[in-house]
Amino acid sequence: MQRIGVFVCWCGSNISATVDVEKVSAVLALEPNVVISQNYQYMCSENGQALIRNSIKEHNLTGVVVCSCSPRMHEATFRRACESAGLNPYMLEVANIREQVSWIHKDIEEATEKAIILGRTAIAKLRLNTPLTAGESPVIKRALVIGGGIAGIQSALDIAEAGYEVDIVEKSPTIGGNMAKLDKTFPTLDCAACILTPKMVDCAQNEKIDILTFSEIESVKGFVGNFKVGIRKKARFVNEKLCTGCGVCTQKCPSKRGLNDFNMNLNTRPAIYIPFAQAIPNVAIIDPEQCLKLKNGKCGLCAMQCPTKAIDYTQQDEIVEREYGAIVVATGYKPISLENFNEYGYSTYKDVVTSLEFERIMNAAGPTSGHLERPSDHKQPKVITFIQCVGSRDTSGCGKPYCSKICCMYTAKHAMLVREKYPDTQVNIFYIDVRTPGKNYDEFYRRAVEQYGVNYIKGMVGKVYKEGDNLVVQGSDLINNEQLLIKSDMVVLAAAIEPDPSVRKIATLLTTSIDTNNFLTEAHAKLKPVESPTAGIFLSGVCQGPKDIPETVSQASACAAKVIGLLAKDKLKCNASTAGADEMLCTGCSLCENVCPYGAITYIDKEFRLGGGRTEVRRVASVNPAVCQGCGACTVTCPSGAMDLKGFSTKQIMAEVDAICKN
Amino acid sequence: MNSKEQVKIIKERSGTDASKCMKCGKCSGRCPAYNEMDIKPHQFVSMIEKGEIEKLLNCKAIYNCLSCFACVERCPRNVAPAAIIEAVRQEVIRMQGGNYINSEEIPQIVDEQIPQQLLVSMYRKFNK
Repeated sequence: MQRIGVFVCWCGSNISATVDVEKVSAVLALEPNVVISQNYQYMCSENGQALIRNSIKEHNLTGVVVCSCSPRMHEATFRRACESAGLNPYMLEVANIREQVSWIHKDIEEATEKAIILGRTAIAKLRLNTPLTAGESPVIKRALVIGGGIAGIQSALDIAEAGYEVDIVEKSPTIGGNMAKLDKTFPTLDCAACILTPKMVDCAQNEKIDILTFSEIESVKGFVGNFKVGIRKKARFVNEKLCTGCGVCTQKCPSKRGLNDFNMNLNTRPAIYIPFAQAIPNVAIIDPEQCLKLKNGKCGLCAMQCPTKAIDYTQQDEIVEREYGAIVVATGYKPISLENFNEYGYSTYKDVVTSLEFERIMNAAGPTSGHLERPSDHKQPKVITFIQCVGSRDTSGCGKPYCSKICCMYTAKHAMLVREKYPDTQVNIFYIDVRTPGKNYDEFYRRAVEQYGVNYIKGMVGKVYKEGDNLVVQGSDLINNEQLLIKSDMVVLAAAIEPDPSVRKIATLLTTSIDTNNFLTEAHAKLKPVESPTAGIFLSGVCQGPKDIPETVSQASACAAKVIGLLAKDKLKCNASTAGADEMLCTGCSLCENVCPYGAITYIDKEFRLGGGRTEVRRVASVNPAVCQGCGACTVTCPSGAMDLKGFSTKQIMAEVDAICKN
Repeated sequence: MNSKEQVKIIKERSGTDASKCMKCGKCSGRCPAYNEMDIKPHQFVSMIEKGEIEKLLNCKAIYNCLSCFACVERCPRNVAPAAIIEAVRQEVIRMQGGNYINSEEIPQIVDEQIPQQLLVSMYRKFNK
């Protein structure tokens, strides 16, 4: 016979303002098996927990029901309270009467009735609970960082600093990400490469860090502490170990007309190339679409010229399998495609460029060696007009509904750089709002206006068109209430940013959740911002939401701290709610084995006695409890009802359903 | 009918939610009739939201709007300034209670070159 204690929480007035807590505890006291039913202002407080602990001892309770907030908030708290009073922690049930009752109902009578029903449901389930014990699993002391931009670099460096091994897997031929393409950084105007490349070198030289560039995640198995990841190392047709990065091949290559994606396609590069001077690894790569040798077998100049014989036209993709305890996702962003914004003429006029293209134009290592030239005729522009919020804050379906967060600051930066280097250039900026929260950020923007004389126009551009050699920007000035036609030599669009498209596949492989804008979801918006809801998966940088560099670096370090905390443990407590098959019911169909995402189920041949001395060998499912994460996929798949989950058995679920339906 | 009810009716008739406007001004940035509009497209959205109906009912812009829908097309927030302008225009015409186009006079003034859309829009502008 179970002896159940019921504890109804007021949650200050969060619950008690809408739910008659006195009535709930009085009604639930009448339920069979309930020996004590109480209510208290804050069950989660030390006094509230003491109430539970004392009642367990005093009334010799075998089970506890707490009617309070969501179990996601305080289930662990109450389990600990039960455990410290000598009760098995799995003999606790939480009825959620806050998120599911008081916060969503207005009528007190209705809400009280629903709270009582949910309390009865928890009691019905608890009657069938049995004590469970959680096993333990070892932690593999190695982390994987997916993405080698500033977020991934910072996370990897911090994890390595703590003494753990880290692999960075980067899909492009070099680490560095978007930051490597930037010219200067706000709000200090120091050069992006000068602060990023030392960190890239640190990664390369750190013996704890292994960098796998031009590689992608192919498969992920396992669970927190024990991930098995398949990584595809794509063929770069150059032996990484032999190549010294001397660059002879890139000079000799006759096929020089490939678009240079590092320079945002503003100039060309040879078929064999090193992405940029400070690339890590400093190793050449061949573009097979462009290489004459790989396309039609004629050429081979680079192989002849290479002093270390590093060129290998026969190289194939290679799959490496590695094991990790934790995974950091740092897949970053890209600017959105502007195909829905024809009014700005991006695809029509060469002199309409995106901000990231403008970064390359202003960059000393860029296509114009840092000279401000417009792409069409290489003339130095005298009037530049910037348009902010291109595709950001757009709920019409053409762009993105969110604020991209970084554009106000980098546009102010661009304007200052232009006015600093070319003081005779007129710079106009169309803005909807200037959003500059952050240390020294608003001061930075005001400097652009007050010291650099940048012409900020509150309003938006409706159309960009060509008149002779020049572009005309038609827009509104809402402060002066007039429509402007500004003749400009160049137009720069602050395009919205979106998560890198590769993140969708990665999120699927990691079984972690993604929001409607393809940003990865954090476990808690405020209190768990770097953890994903999937244990062992952590989020670093823009893959979680738009961020600038300082914020990305802070988050990357926070992420590393969480990874270090995990890797520092020798063993992790496993989940106690594991699945198990009733061998007498199992038909050996293998369906559960196929759906198990953790590879916890195997099939064994087992001998059964049939009576009368006869035996039979049957194929039955067997669950490895150390690997099972208790997701329940097998139990709902099993056609014969053989598979059941401890703590969430079919009987328990049906008892809950019955308790709800009886009312 | 008081002005509050009028605002409600105009909002309803326009079928657009002016509170979604983020005041970017792109509608007025694109408006080809901007100089002829004594009240600009973005002001229509803001004034209907604030309930400033008197000025709207007495403005010239409701007749000068080309109904080209450039403002609707460009709005990043799915607000339709042209629909609000049209709803105000309709309200004015209904208040006046008269028809300014007589269908019997149409055949004399019409020639084959006039697009049918123009006739429809003429009716919408000038008739009850």
